[in-house]
Amino acid sequence: MEKIITGKVWVLGDDIDTDVIYPGKYLPILDPVEMAEHALEGYSADFPAKLRRGDVIVAGMNFGSGSSREQAATCLKSAGVAAIVAGSFARIFFRNAVNQGLPLVQAKVADRFNDGDEIVINFEEGRIGDTVGNRYPFPRLPESVQAILDEGGLIPAVRRKLGLTQPSKD
Amino acid sequence: MFDHLHTIKIENMPFTIAEKILAAKSGLKEVHAGELVTARPDKVMSHDNAGLVIRHFRTIGAARVFDPKRIIIPLDHRAPAESERTATAHKSIREFVAEQNIENFYDIREGICHQVMVENGHVRPGELILGTDSHTTSYGCLAAASTGIGATEMAAVWATGELWLRVPETIRIEVNGVLRPNVTPKDLALFLLGELTARGADYKSVEYYGATIDSMPVSGRFTLCNMSMEMGAKFGIVPYDRETARYLEGRIDDEYTVFSTDPHAEYTARRVFDVSDLTPQIAKPHRVDNVVPLAEAAGIKVDQVVIGSCTNGRIDDLRAAAGILRDRKVSTKVRLLIVPGSRSIYLQAIREGLMETFIEAGAVILNPGCGPCLGAHQGILAPGERCLATTNRNFKGRMGSTEAEVYLSSPVVAAEAAIIGEIPELAS
Repeated sequence: MEKIITGKVWVLGDDIDTDVIYPGKYLPILDPVEMAEHALEGYSADFPAKLRRGDVIVAGMNFGSGSSREQAATCLKSAGVAAIVAGSFARIFFRNAVNQGLPLVQAKVADRFNDGDEIVINFEEGRIGDTVGNRYPFPRLPESVQAILDEGGLIPAVRRKLGLTQPSKD
Repeated sequence: MFDHLHTIKIENMPFTIAEKILAAKSGLKEVHAGELVTARPDKVMSHDNAGLVIRHFRTIGAARVFDPKRIIIPLDHRAPAESERTATAHKSIREFVAEQNIENFYDIREGICHQVMVENGHVRPGELILGTDSHTTSYGCLAAASTGIGATEMAAVWATGELWLRVPETIRIEVNGVLRPNVTPKDLALFLLGELTARGADYKSVEYYGATIDSMPVSGRFTLCNMSMEMGAKFGIVPYDRETARYLEGRIDDEYTVFSTDPHAEYTARRVFDVSDLTPQIAKPHRVDNVVPLAEAAGIKVDQVVIGSCTNGRIDDLRAAAGILRDRKVSTKVRLLIVPGSRSIYLQAIREGLMETFIEAGAVILNPGCGPCLGAHQGILAPGERCLATTNRNFKGRMGSTEAEVYLSSPVVAAEAAIIGEIPELAS
């Protein structure tokens, strides 16, 4: 996982639920590339077209509430979302993001950014920065959870554990 | 009745049910809220999304699942297949269960996964059960600790038999008072959701106590634990009692372990409610915690009414709805869909004459499954349409168009609405 992420921000509100992130009608889709075409489509129909690789989502409280559908995390990762910053995450979404290697930051900064602003997330130092010099600290993830992200998700971690792949150098 | 149980009694060590179950399943003497553990679940459940789990399992590259006897797969979300894509996924699941000797596979005929799990003895008190469905919290109605996970991590469990979990803090909810006629466990669930909000129990285990819960049958407890997920809960648990034992008699024969929270265990919050005066409740769009007393939503026109789902598709739900619909007619402006929770409930409803009542009234009976609840098929809403459903979510776009609206209620209120074509003032 990248230690410093810089990207353009999309600001969303509180309680962005999984039906908004990834509508139920698309659940039979298995290809992550196709899933990305519907990322946050329930939020606004043109959102998938506006989303660019490397963008960062900054949301309010309870991001990802609702269904266990991991496609809600898969579609964002596949669309190239570099990280999600939210005041809080719904439990299953949090797990799905970590286990698929999508970096998460818990920080209440949705009211400090506007669409299109640049954000810098420094995971080593545990802080978020903007272009005018503001700095916002965030709590580090537990070591074992960060380790899953560092391996790129749970599947690479399990493959290594089961001896099904060569361990990575770091 | 209680004689055959191993009751865990640890003196002077106050722990919650969640802490005790997670300690037992992690092979640790004790665990505390906030810790991360690696636990071995007793059972794991996947429904149609087993198709996605299988893909991830293949990517991992393990040859065999950790234990085929612990894996349960009912097909319910898009059953029978509504598209070629789903048909292909279902086919891959059938091939996989044959290849891996997974005996507890329930093809489309059996019903909604959570109902199937509970009815068929796959849930025992004190167990840790993980499912690739958020409403897996339902099994707390039988004093199990159960919760939803994603497809990727389920593939990891299939390969290794274990998964990382955070030990949750616990909220204690005590409910006292006798519910008034036509006020149901669903109304209580909606009321609690309104009080605690959709984030009120995020990452938490919720334990239910009090006289109202004590006298509530497992079916009503099922509704409460199912809806606990909508508060963000990791577990929703009604501790083991005589009603749990009554329900389990004849369904399971093995011994099981009963865990109870110690008297001085630490709760992160305690809430006490008296519900003697509770009236029927409604959740308005597009938030599950946008809950108001029925009277405040009365008069709102509805185009479709759905009675059923894992939240309210049990026999007492169908009896309550039939009681309202008997010798009356569904409004010509309303489509009433009835979805029994499982094949056995469906059969019982037929034997009791409930289905005759529904069909005579003008209802459409769907096969047991999830179809309309998540907007998969069978009852998709058009832009501008409004649905009153006994399901568990009313999110924007949940049942089809993002310009449609979903209201949530009990089966009693929903049945009355189907007749008069609008949300009723009071359940008759």
